[in-house]
Amino acid sequence: MMGSLGPHADFIIASYAVTAFVVAAMVAWVVLDHSALKRVLGDLEQQGVTRRSWRKDGA
Amino acid sequence: MALIDLANPTRFLRLVDRVLPWLAAATVIVFAVGLVQAMNAPDDYQQGATVKIMFLHVPAAWLGMMGWTLMSAAALGTLVWRHPLADVAGKAAAPLGAAFTFICLVTGSLWGRPTWGTYWVWDARLTSMLVLLLLYLGVIALYWTAEDPNRGARAAAVMTLVGALNLPIIKFSVDWWNTLHQPASILRMGGSAIDSSILIPLLVMALAFTLLFFTLHLAAMRNEILRRRVRTMQLMQAQALQEASA
Repeated sequence: MMGSLGPHADFIIASYAVTAFVVAAMVAWVVLDHSALKRVLGDLEQQGVTRRSWRKDGA
Repeated sequence: MALIDLANPTRFLRLVDRVLPWLAAATVIVFAVGLVQAMNAPDDYQQGATVKIMFLHVPAAWLGMMGWTLMSAAALGTLVWRHPLADVAGKAAAPLGAAFTFICLVTGSLWGRPTWGTYWVWDARLTSMLVLLLLYLGVIALYWTAEDPNRGARAAAVMTLVGALNLPIIKFSVDWWNTLHQPASILRMGGSAIDSSILIPLLVMALAFTLLFFTLHLAAMRNEILRRRVRTMQLMQAQALQEASA
């Protein structure tokens, strides 16, 4: 593939590598953020905290 | 489901949960098709194989600008209509727009070295695109450092609308000033100046990047709604603990 990309293959490969890295970072950020938030929400609900009211028996 | 129903975050979350897997699958499929087409596209008669960088650079530039356009619409929604999801949409779009603008700048720089002989020049197109990245970083900083989220949202909305002035500057910079960057060759009067053997892969890649943007944007909006729920619940928990100890 390097040969078919001509004398400037390094620049082409670097462009695709940087793009792949940034896209992977965005996907990872969204996925990891979602699982962390779900975990915190689950913990709060287990402690009896709800958005509508605070159940004192769960405190 | 009426459009107004989507103003309800819970209904919006249900819709996102339904739509997201299909959108993600469509993104992967269109990217696969686009990348195969891009790798098999012929070399440009002047630039050789470096034209393959265009399949990343141009869609990233479009999405960098589209992200700010979307944020500007969301800013109007925040300031004028106080739509509950407008601020969520604006905040979720900022890091994505910044990332695509960053890709545009880096790939442009890597394309510029073999084509122009330099990684960077302070011409109007490149500089206005760098300004867009700095504006993105400024809005992100406003969102994440404001102690009161509502005040932070309003400040970010105002900054977004002011920053929207940069969009026509980016678009027309190549016409208004003498720039090293080439003038528009796709969206221009008289039609595209690019041969279909290169234009079609470019448009497929642009569609793939657009699908990726909206997939990530919906997912980031879902996260932002959950983050606000966590914040509300933590505040209620802290308040209840304070009342219990008083």
